Amino acid sequence: MTSATVTAAARFGRAASRVPDVVFRSGSGVLAWVAVGILGLLAALLVANSGQALAKFGISFLTGTTWDPIAGIYGALPFIIGTIASSFIAIVLATPIGLLTAIFLAELAPRRVAIPLTFTIELLAAIPSVVFGLWGVFVLGPFLSRTVEAWVVDTLGWIPIFAGPPFGVGLFTAGVILTLMILPTIVAISRDMITAVPDSQREAMLALGATRWEMITNAVLPYARSGIIGAVILGLGRALGETMAVTMVIGNRPQIPQSIFDSSQTIASQIATTFNEASIGLQTSALISLGLVLLVITMTLNVIARLLVWRVAGPQGTS
Amino acid sequence: MTNRASRLASLAFGAIVVIAGCTSPGATTGPTTGGQASGPPASGGMSQPQVPSGNVTLSGAGATFPALLYQVWIEKFGEAHSNVTVDYQAIGSGGGIKAITQQTVDFGASDAAMKDEEIAALPAGTKILHVPTALGAVVVIFNLAGADGSAIKKLNLDGDTIAGVFLGKITTWNDPAIAALNADVASNLPATPIKVIHRSDGSGTTNAFTTYLATVSSEWKDSVGAGKEVNWPTGDGAPGNDGVSGGVKTADGRIGYVELQYAVVSGLSSAAVKNANGKFVAGSSAGVTAAAEGAVDAFPDDFRAAPIINGPGDDTYPIAAYTYLLLYQDQTDATKGQALTAFLHWALTDGQSEEKAIGYAPLPAPIQQKALEELHRITTGGSPIWPM
Amino acid sequence: MTGAVIAQPSMAARLTGARVGRRRTVVDRSMRTIAMGAAFLCALPLAAVLFFVAANGLSALSLDLITKPPRALGIGGGAANAVVGTLQMVPLAALIAVPVGVLGAVYIAEFANSRSARVIRFCADVLVGMPSILIGVFVFTFLVLPFKQFNGFAGSVALAVIMIPVVMRTTEESLHLVPNSLREASLALGVPAWRTVLSVVLRTGLPGILTGSMLAIARAMGETAPLLFTALGSRVVNVGDFGRPMDSLPLFIYVNARQPVDALNQQAWGAAFLLLLIVLIINVAVRARSWGRRIG
Repeated sequence: MTSATVTAAARFGRAASRVPDVVFRSGSGVLAWVAVGILGLLAALLVANSGQALAKFGISFLTGTTWDPIAGIYGALPFIIGTIASSFIAIVLATPIGLLTAIFLAELAPRRVAIPLTFTIELLAAIPSVVFGLWGVFVLGPFLSRTVEAWVVDTLGWIPIFAGPPFGVGLFTAGVILTLMILPTIVAISRDMITAVPDSQREAMLALGATRWEMITNAVLPYARSGIIGAVILGLGRALGETMAVTMVIGNRPQIPQSIFDSSQTIASQIATTFNEASIGLQTSALISLGLVLLVITMTLNVIARLLVWRVAGPQGTS
Repeated sequence: MTNRASRLASLAFGAIVVIAGCTSPGATTGPTTGGQASGPPASGGMSQPQVPSGNVTLSGAGATFPALLYQVWIEKFGEAHSNVTVDYQAIGSGGGIKAITQQTVDFGASDAAMKDEEIAALPAGTKILHVPTALGAVVVIFNLAGADGSAIKKLNLDGDTIAGVFLGKITTWNDPAIAALNADVASNLPATPIKVIHRSDGSGTTNAFTTYLATVSSEWKDSVGAGKEVNWPTGDGAPGNDGVSGGVKTADGRIGYVELQYAVVSGLSSAAVKNANGKFVAGSSAGVTAAAEGAVDAFPDDFRAAPIINGPGDDTYPIAAYTYLLLYQDQTDATKGQALTAFLHWALTDGQSEEKAIGYAPLPAPIQQKALEELHRITTGGSPIWPM
Repeated sequence: MTGAVIAQPSMAARLTGARVGRRRTVVDRSMRTIAMGAAFLCALPLAAVLFFVAANGLSALSLDLITKPPRALGIGGGAANAVVGTLQMVPLAALIAVPVGVLGAVYIAEFANSRSARVIRFCADVLVGMPSILIGVFVFTFLVLPFKQFNGFAGSVALAVIMIPVVMRTTEESLHLVPNSLREASLALGVPAWRTVLSVVLRTGLPGILTGSMLAIARAMGETAPLLFTALGSRVVNVGDFGRPMDSLPLFIYVNARQPVDALNQQAWGAAFLLLLIVLIINVAVRARSWGRRIG
């Protein structure tokens, strides 16, 4: 993104001193701080309401593998693993594809190709989650179970994490849908990061007689590296918190998956499917604790990602 | 507070109407505008509760088990009383109990009676009435193509086998345990892996089904137990009876459990289940009625009946359950209270005749009588809405 | 980072030798082809989703779908409850979010000192990345529990919470593009700061603000998760009563995608077609404008 060099330091700092100005200034200030207030309230709410479960289970809440409302035992590990595993699949698939696409769009493609392609990928980001879910249930899931999953199970099924049977529902299908959902993020930000690399880097490399590809791998990518990692982490953050599409295809099974074709459950999906009916008291508190875990994970990743992206593009960069 | 909120919200909406330029007839009005009908109820016994004359909307949420019945009832009742709108969201029995506890609905619905600790969790002073409305069968549905490619439509299953499947011990359709019960199709049973679909939400259907499994299988009882939401040994979760039947329908080899009518509307086959007399009985309205008639004497005074499991009789279907509407005994909004009482009275009388045709079983006469008497206990501001 | 070029001393050495050169050309060609393949692979899912939504959705599209509420047992009926709900909740959400987001951005860009600007900007960024299901839990606690009713107003607020940071950040970016000379000129003419902001800065930044707001609206329109615990969903066409449950197109799709009745699955596809149509029209319209500017 362009470097908006003006620091945000109070453009109207001194000028805005008359009464209407002060009113306007503080009025808009209150609204701006709404964002901070929402975040603070949300965090406070999760912390306060997770107390009961966290007090009862302590740190073993994170390591517990059983979610048993009858016995009143709640452990978060199956959901944490389900969340991380589905997002991991998405990152493994989306990073190479997304990065190569970003390289193509920023460095290789002629404008008349790059512009419509970029446009198409941006539109992919506009598809609502629930539409991805609908498509996943009726089209993608059955397709994957007949093709990719069946093939992997036949050839690699002896490796436990690729064991079948392929049902077209579960971690893998969820991972593929998440891939589609985070690709636009990874492509768009990586492309911006690559574009932000100064031309002097490229020229130096080409002057040495490097091919286009050598220039990209040796001069452009190292320069943009931290920003690209930031893009991937932002994608990861989105995948971890994604709810509806995952809920519809992951199988809602609160057990630790043994294979990538197993059904599983993510934190967000568990909250979505059970928050409205979870018994008041311990079960609800355990769900809120799951939410807190999710908040901590996504916030941490976001912070890291923003810092990395800011290093390349400055704080006014990609939002 | 609610009124002020909705008035505020209506104001906000008014602004939108102006901006968006969309025309909307005032089809609904706030809950207070039916006020002219909310005078003190006439004293003396009325043959039936009066429907208020103003527009009323009742919001309810809960069980998916009776949702197909309630949808029909709501339409029929709405045809007779167009000023009363009943908005029922099927979110699961657990959701119904939670909503009535948090007072986020006008009425709840559940086919598992509230447990003591759930009653204890109610806000101080709140009393909930359980009004039984119907019975239903929990049937085992499956989606299975035979080894020769034709769909298998009939299967016999007994308690041990069903428990084996849902415990994850029986994993393929040609398992000897299944074949032994189905000699006629044994050679056609495929090696297809069994995929269990169970509920992901708190469910009265699950409560009835796991109560059955805990009755027939000591292993189930010890390792899983019975309740609205259990730690399933195998299978995928899906929300609602609709979600389970939808899930079973999407792919070959799947098995699940739902209220009978969901099997009917989805076109899925359901298994004949071995009953207490050793007969294999398919789920049916008559089979549930037989179960209910046999358990009338066991119906508790507080209305909180357990699922009827393995009732006696050759024709009795072994997994049946009552379903309840949950209401606040004291209705804060008199108009809504009147409308709710009138709707329930209609459901317990005229509505009962709808049940057989759509896969539910009407209440046995003695229980129907008790349920109607329960309506006399609904009050508003301390006085009964429908006095004796 | 700056050492990237210096770190390649062996490059000059590698550049000699024809055999090596041929291999390098092959690598270059094939990697460029692979990159192009990846880019077109990225475009494939959009085509696939559009194709299936259109193929299944068009046949389900009828007047009944948008004028009739759901019927018992899935016989007939439509998605009027969802269409009407979306058309009410999303505008109200925009009515809340756009002023808050735009004026908040004005504060960050024009008035705040750099530290508070950074704090607010950071929180807005975190909110953008916040799992939307948590926003549902948040609004449920503050707007459903106290009012003792699932309600459409809470649904609107939940959508607004999702929109606010998006509007805020895009508006801020477009305000940064407003040249400072405009502000100075206005102030020099004796126009007070608040009027300068409203009539000069915001007016100049208006295209960007509109773009951000429309994209936020399109995003909110497709959100399901934050509505599950707030608006809840409804089978009734609820016109204007924000104090009661409301349905929306995404909720309708979610519920009907799992139904065991083909006709209802079809209605889910029909609703998905409607939703996607609206969302894509907004996106194409808005982005085409900004793309037009970028090309031109």
